Amino acid sequence: MSVELFFQYIVAGITYGIIYAIVAIGFNIIYNTTGIINFAQGEFVMLGSMIAISLTPYMPLLLAIILAVIITMLIGALIEILFIRWLDSPSVLRMIIITIGLSILIREVALAIWGENVRALPYFTGNEVSSISFGGVHISPQVLWVIGVCTVMVLILQAFFKFTMVGRQMRACAANREAARLCGINAKNMVTLSFMLSAGIGAVAGCVVSPITYSQYNMGTGLAIKGFTVAILGGLGNSMAAVVAGLLLGTIESFSIWIMPTAYKDAISISILLLILFLRPGGLFGSKEEMTLKEF
Amino acid sequence: MPCKGLVPEVERYMTESINEKRRFGMRVFRVLILALFIFSIVVTPALAKDTIKIGAILAVTGPASFLGAPEAKTLQMLAEEINSQGGINGKKIELIIKDSGASPEKAISFAKQLIEEEKVFAIIGPSTSGETLKIKNICEKSKTICISCAAAELIVNPVAKYVFKTPQKDSFAARKIYMQMQKMGIKRIGVVVGNTGFGKAGKAQLEKLAPEYGIEIVISEVYDKKATDLTALVTKLKAKNVEAVVNWSIVPAQAIIAKNMKQIGLNVPLFQSHGFGNIKYVKAAGAAAEGIIFPAGRLLVADMLPDNHPQKPVLIKYKRDYESRYHEEASTFGGHAYDAFMILVNAIKKAGFDKEKVRDAIENMKGFVGTGGIFNFSPQDHNGLDIDSFEMLTVKNGKFVLLENK
Repeated sequence: MSVELFFQYIVAGITYGIIYAIVAIGFNIIYNTTGIINFAQGEFVMLGSMIAISLTPYMPLLLAIILAVIITMLIGALIEILFIRWLDSPSVLRMIIITIGLSILIREVALAIWGENVRALPYFTGNEVSSISFGGVHISPQVLWVIGVCTVMVLILQAFFKFTMVGRQMRACAANREAARLCGINAKNMVTLSFMLSAGIGAVAGCVVSPITYSQYNMGTGLAIKGFTVAILGGLGNSMAAVVAGLLLGTIESFSIWIMPTAYKDAISISILLLILFLRPGGLFGSKEEMTLKEF
Repeated sequence: MPCKGLVPEVERYMTESINEKRRFGMRVFRVLILALFIFSIVVTPALAKDTIKIGAILAVTGPASFLGAPEAKTLQMLAEEINSQGGINGKKIELIIKDSGASPEKAISFAKQLIEEEKVFAIIGPSTSGETLKIKNICEKSKTICISCAAAELIVNPVAKYVFKTPQKDSFAARKIYMQMQKMGIKRIGVVVGNTGFGKAGKAQLEKLAPEYGIEIVISEVYDKKATDLTALVTKLKAKNVEAVVNWSIVPAQAIIAKNMKQIGLNVPLFQSHGFGNIKYVKAAGAAAEGIIFPAGRLLVADMLPDNHPQKPVLIKYKRDYESRYHEEASTFGGHAYDAFMILVNAIKKAGFDKEKVRDAIENMKGFVGTGGIFNFSPQDHNGLDIDSFEMLTVKNGKFVLLENK
């Protein structure tokens, strides 16, 4: 195999991986504050891109995306207030079932609103056929956009959780909700905020990947499965780790296509995931001790 | 208290009168129920005699919704049109559409429901090949006419007595593609298909027919129907130095593969199957759709046909009716439902309301002009279309046009 092709596979891997990673980050936010996995995360991704697509005819792309993100955040908050907030100390299992139910509900509503059509946002730079060439290796400008947005998002989130008061409060709630409440933190508001935040991140993800993957009412499920895989692979709750794990999984998938028939792509990636989890149950970057302290 | 003694009496009187009223009310109610019951027994068959039940199992939602949704819309439009003109031979059509969501399991239970409970005259659909193959035997055993809107050749080969289909056979599509490749001098090709029943059937046909046309398939791959990006796959194609790529699928990946090929600089002709016949995929692929070559029925290029083409009036009428009613572009898939429905209606008009006679009428139907082509059924051929029902089309400036050979 020539060097060019080798790097082309790497580019393909990065494309897959960064899409997985950007979805995985949303999972981590809610996990960080509530300790639950929000299985409706994929639907936030779908909502973000579908709303943005509906808005683009009336306004510039950037404005449509910002508005779509805000609307999705409000939907996220509304969902938390309506379905999660009033539960008194719900069990993890119950929360998971609720979020699965919500994901089905959102999907059906989206089907009723937007129909079954495949849509897409326009490419942010260039169009469907444009690509940037680095010595024979081609990469779509949109992939660079996803990489850029993903990087910025991770950095901002890290800073938010480390250096701002609200971010610290959210982390405190995740670590020990009772103790956080005793310190005067409104734990319920923190959960609402985390739903808003992850809905917003999901929406941003949906908008930047839409030109590549296309948007449809049921796009969320597929993306959520891969995003969840990557979140687990990296170690739940760690956004930086999710990016690395995403790129790793994407590259593995890409190179598996080089060696084996494409049909085995998912089988190979899931096998590798299982193998890693057998060896490192806390994920690639999580520690075993940390795992034992967590409820889920 | 002077009234003391009166009170119980008054109470008794009042309760009695209330009871009386209740009893009377109950009696009226019972009589009404009875009347309704008798009425329903007497009248329902009379009503039923004036309608003919036609069932349809279509993938209105789910992964094959771009097939099922236009098909369902087409059937509703046609049923209303025929009913407003007085129905078939005086009987109004009662259309029962079941949404299978492209799930073969649901198709089976709906088929049983339609046949056993609703006692439909015939079934239109299902939309996909997998579903049709699952209900083929059910229709055959219950002697119910089934006119499928799905493509796979297996539906009518081997022939089942009561099962017909309206879309063109996939082997014709494969032949059309190879004939075009011969004209262009293409010898080494890559085949990629989605992992659906349609994709796998297409792959089998392409692999079987390639030697006949002196074409070598150097790489043949199956990808996930939910694939979101196929860069690695097209990189693999590029490494094999193929002269053309054939993609055979009915999923959004049709647009994704077109983009990815252009993005990594794999500039060879891309051929698609007749599953590409939906302008939405062209829109989704944008600039990358330009130059894609694929076989399709003539509906997509109805306006460009010469005026003396026998299909032109049918195509133009269907296209106008559909587009003015639903405000979306007509696709060949809705056309398959149009053909299935009109074939059935014409057979009933000719043979009356006897299922066996209608079946014979369909089997012997010749020269029926539909959207998919001109149907000539026979006991050996329950599809009735020949290879000329396909035209080779291409995409130019975001529109479907007839491919012109230089």
